[in-house]
Amino acid sequence: MTAVLEVTNIRKSFGGIAAVNGVSFDVQEGEILGLIGPNGCGKSTLFNCILGQLTPSAGEVKVDGKIVTGMRPSELNGLGVSRTFQLLQVFPKLSVRENLILAGQEHQGNMLSRLLGPSDAGLTEAANQMIGFFKLDHLANEPAGGLSYGQQKLLDAAMAFMGGPRLVLLDEPAGGVNLTMLADLKDRLTAINREKRATFVVIEHNMEFVMSLCTRVMVMAEGKVLAMGRPDEVRANPAVIEAYLGH
Amino acid sequence: MTAAKYPKIGFGIVVIAALIIVPMNFNRYGLFILSQWAVMTIAAMGLNLTLGYAGQVSLAQGAFVGIGAYAAAIMTSNGLPLIAALGVAIVLCFVIGWILGYPALRVQHHYLAFVTLAFSTLAFLVFRNEDWLTKGIYGISNIPRPEIFGYPTRRPLPFYYVCLGSLGIVSLAVWWLIRSPWGRAFIALRENPVRALSLGIDTRRYTLMAFAIGSALGGIAGTLYAPLTQYVDPVPFHLSLSLDLLMMVIVGGSGFFFGPFLGAMIAVLLPEWLRFTQGYYLMLYAIAVIGLLIYSPTGILGILDRFISERRTKAASALRAVAKAKLETAP
Amino acid sequence: MSNLLDLLIAGLATGAIYAIVAVGFTLLWQTSQTINFAQGEFVMLPAFLMLAVMHAGAPFWVAIVIGIALSLLLLGLGFKLLLVDPMLRHGVLPLAIATMALAIGIKEAAKQFWSAEASPFPSIIPGGDITIFGRIVALQSIGVLVLAILAVLGLTTLLNRTSIGHQMQAAAQNPTVARIVGVPVERMILLTFLINAFLVALASLLITPIYLAKFSNGEVLGQAAFIAAIVGGFNQVRGAIAGGLLIGVVDNLSAAYVSTQYRAAVPLVLLIAIILFRPQGMMGRPEERTV
Repeated sequence: MTAVLEVTNIRKSFGGIAAVNGVSFDVQEGEILGLIGPNGCGKSTLFNCILGQLTPSAGEVKVDGKIVTGMRPSELNGLGVSRTFQLLQVFPKLSVRENLILAGQEHQGNMLSRLLGPSDAGLTEAANQMIGFFKLDHLANEPAGGLSYGQQKLLDAAMAFMGGPRLVLLDEPAGGVNLTMLADLKDRLTAINREKRATFVVIEHNMEFVMSLCTRVMVMAEGKVLAMGRPDEVRANPAVIEAYLGH
Repeated sequence: MTAAKYPKIGFGIVVIAALIIVPMNFNRYGLFILSQWAVMTIAAMGLNLTLGYAGQVSLAQGAFVGIGAYAAAIMTSNGLPLIAALGVAIVLCFVIGWILGYPALRVQHHYLAFVTLAFSTLAFLVFRNEDWLTKGIYGISNIPRPEIFGYPTRRPLPFYYVCLGSLGIVSLAVWWLIRSPWGRAFIALRENPVRALSLGIDTRRYTLMAFAIGSALGGIAGTLYAPLTQYVDPVPFHLSLSLDLLMMVIVGGSGFFFGPFLGAMIAVLLPEWLRFTQGYYLMLYAIAVIGLLIYSPTGILGILDRFISERRTKAASALRAVAKAKLETAP
Repeated sequence: MSNLLDLLIAGLATGAIYAIVAVGFTLLWQTSQTINFAQGEFVMLPAFLMLAVMHAGAPFWVAIVIGIALSLLLLGLGFKLLLVDPMLRHGVLPLAIATMALAIGIKEAAKQFWSAEASPFPSIIPGGDITIFGRIVALQSIGVLVLAILAVLGLTTLLNRTSIGHQMQAAAQNPTVARIVGVPVERMILLTFLINAFLVALASLLITPIYLAKFSNGEVLGQAAFIAAIVGGFNQVRGAIAGGLLIGVVDNLSAAYVSTQYRAAVPLVLLIAIILFRPQGMMGRPEERTV
């Protein structure tokens, strides 16, 4: 097994306050790592540092052994790293299919072929497959803004997979999604993980969702790693119960 | 889906045929106004690309029309063909537009408006002050009209066809562009640049491209403007042209393909039809624009779009209601 | 050297007027995200209103009072109720574009209802020169400077020393919190529009005797005020004051030392440089960026 993502001693401070204070971990190929911790423990900041949305104050990020610290999000995406956001981030005026084509188009050809080539960048078939996979068939031509919240969450996740990523960072994929949709989402994520050998890091507050989806769980508190291990180990860890689950 | 396309195509053919045939018995002035409409539509289409699709404010489109017009005026009065001037104008405006796009990578909205506004005024100063090149306030007169495949276009009607043909070619190119992945990337840039970046869309490159291509279209409009008026001086390329073009895009409907056609029609043709309002025209126009913006910030086509989508939702919910009623009565 | 001093005084005098206009501009931005592209036309208009009243036979001071009252009514209350309130929900940019249309409308109205020619405008400051430290200085410059400084001092005192001023600042910085602690936010926002209307009327009164009353005055004044506001700092009243004074001085110095043809380019280049290298302005705070 090789590490897809290696994070070494990442720090990020805002005006002297350390939001992330020396976090190191790695994620192996095909793993689903859960990332939990109370609000404000630095999870999202850590995500943003890994993904180039923020520049870390110190530390190093490697993807497939290559140093990517400080790279722009679009370059990282080109290396096969994609993400979803905590808040909904679909393009409301484009149709569901157009959203998916947009999500995949920069992985096809070059600037010139994207200008002169076919309008769908050859992705209609792939987009339709993804639509079928996430059971959004009846909505393919609807503008994304007209979908229900749960459907938009599914689309948001589906967009992250269009480029055929090696590593996907999902920020609260289950937040605000109803129970039926949630089961669907977990089912789909597990399937992609198995079929495509895609590696996931998932921030989530829904404990049941994390414990049943993830192969390993990392617990953060006050900008640091509090515990790391299999879901059952973490659940039994007294420090975790004290800091997080106990509340 | 396809059945609904035929009336649209039919309507398009009728409009194009009318634009070709009806002006045949127009007088010199009517042809001039219609040619001007075609030229301004091209410039507004460029701004619509930058502002309407990619969401980047520019108050400099008029300056690019000026650059194109001066390129054409200077080169053709020195005996060079208009097509060469066109090439120079496109390259020049593309490059300057690209450079003008750099501030957009650092600042947004009103700051960008002010940078482009400053550029517009600077360009005007150059047009006015660099006598050796632009003949300053006296302007360049007797600009020749081109020969197309050996046919002279000195008379108003042939030159109108040159303008109309150019508009046709530009329209096709822009249509292709906005349907291409680039067009989708521009919209993504406008709607949500952070998300676009995370999907691998190089927002920097697309921002610069939106500025460069939009500006180049301004340059194309300029190269037609010079032989149309056959006289170029700095006055028409004042900041107010940039504002006029902005109004055209907004009034027609920014982010809609046909917005500039409509906006330019209202700005260029309407004053002719509303002659009786005399000097009050611009005042009434300004009030009408404010009223329109309050009602629909996406312009006239925005109103139409809203109306159509409302009807579609109503039709869809009616369908659902029927399906539901069937389902309930089925067993 | 002596020439430089004259230029500095003249520059500070025009700069002080720019500062007044720029302060109003930034106040509108702070309290209601309004980029008023018609700010220059707002300065042009009150002079015409006053001229109209004088034409009806009223003395100058009556014209001033009525002119200021009309501008509070039209450029303060009317502007807010008829344009800003209905446009604000559409966002910053459509509102800004609507004010561009308003600028065209006001300009054309002045041209149609008055005249395309420039009209002379009386000065509230007596003509003539005075001698200060053995130097002859135009009374006009000194008077404008003194009045503008008084206006700015009055405004900063209002904003920083009175409870209304504190409520206005609270309403501008965080309307939600201000509302919770009982600040009448809506009334405070209206007040900033009225203050802006008063400031532009004052600026109109001071600058029109120098420029003459002309429908196109707004273009130059508006740009100078924008540049002053951005150079000084868009979210700071004292930034706008400093920016105004600086632009006034730069304007006058470049008229003397740079070619007259490119005099207008100097402030623009300054503007571009500031936006590129210090977008928050000389004294402004960087605005929070939300991801």
